[in-house]
Amino acid sequence: MMMKRIFTLPLLGLAAALLLGGCATHQPYDYSNFKEARPASILVLPPLNNSPDIQATFGMLSQTTQPLSESGYYVFPVTLVEETFKQNGLTSPSDIHEVPIKKLREIFGADAALYINVKDYGTKYLVISSETRVTAEAKLVDLRSGKTLWSGSATASSAEGNSNSGGLVGALVGALVRQITDTVTDRGVQIAGVTSVRLLSAGYPNGILYGPRSPKYLKDGVPAP
Amino acid sequence: MTYQYAKRLPVLLAVLAALLLSGCATKQEPLYYWGDFQSQQYSYLKGDKGPEEGIINLEKVREEAKSRGKSVPPGLQAHLGMLYGVTGRTDLFEKNLLAEKSLYPESAAYVDFLLKKKQQQKVVTK
Repeated sequence: MMMKRIFTLPLLGLAAALLLGGCATHQPYDYSNFKEARPASILVLPPLNNSPDIQATFGMLSQTTQPLSESGYYVFPVTLVEETFKQNGLTSPSDIHEVPIKKLREIFGADAALYINVKDYGTKYLVISSETRVTAEAKLVDLRSGKTLWSGSATASSAEGNSNSGGLVGALVGALVRQITDTVTDRGVQIAGVTSVRLLSAGYPNGILYGPRSPKYLKDGVPAP
Repeated sequence: MTYQYAKRLPVLLAVLAALLLSGCATKQEPLYYWGDFQSQQYSYLKGDKGPEEGIINLEKVREEAKSRGKSVPPGLQAHLGMLYGVTGRTDLFEKNLLAEKSLYPESAAYVDFLLKKKQQQKVVTK
């Protein structure tokens, strides 16, 4: 019996350590600007695209409303916003990202703007496997003060959780089939959805804070009790 | 004492494991009813669907939200209003933008800007 006790106590200790350590991060993000500004509304600008896939800007843009809204923010209708820029002669994301924040504040009345840069978007055929990957960086800027409130990055891949099995031929066929379905069903935008949720959901380590419309507003950014 | 402790151990471990697995992912009820709003936005941005189809779909989402007692998400009614605007139904453009503004006052400045612009366009075309 004594033996058992010697075994189990460290085990419980380990489990407790894992539990307590689970959500903690090594380098806590500095939220002082964020907490000072507490924006209620976010204007998502059409993302810059550094990938070869021309769908990246709209694919990513269309996936941003849900995570930000569910985090408690008002998100400006991305389609209307894009139309408004277009009607003012601004079609390229890089031109839009150059618009003075004062002007953005004036037209949209937004508290903050989100600048996204898509680094990676699309499907690669890699001999025995194909992978759809979307990687993006984002920066939240206060339109009243010009201060950067938060920045972060995230990635998602169709290969997550995939395991190799079925031999080389099976793998090749699988890769080809996957390649087809990847493009036909517009897998890019689906993976962009996962990336966006990781990038823009509150309640994650180093993520954005909850906004005023969330019941968790003001309850985050402090270490868990 | 030791015996009882050992007997309870599996239960204790199971509880701990459950806590561990659920640790960070405290599931929360969504704030809004989304339907397929985001893919509607994607279709619009890509330009591969006409406004009529979008209107039918989003009116359906709004009905479903209502029957579930949930709010439609930010931007849905503004997007819907824009689709009505594209088809020339200015009254429904205005009505839906005002609905966006009343549900989400954060949009007030932008909605006023859009309504003013529409007004100016009307004056020009008259």
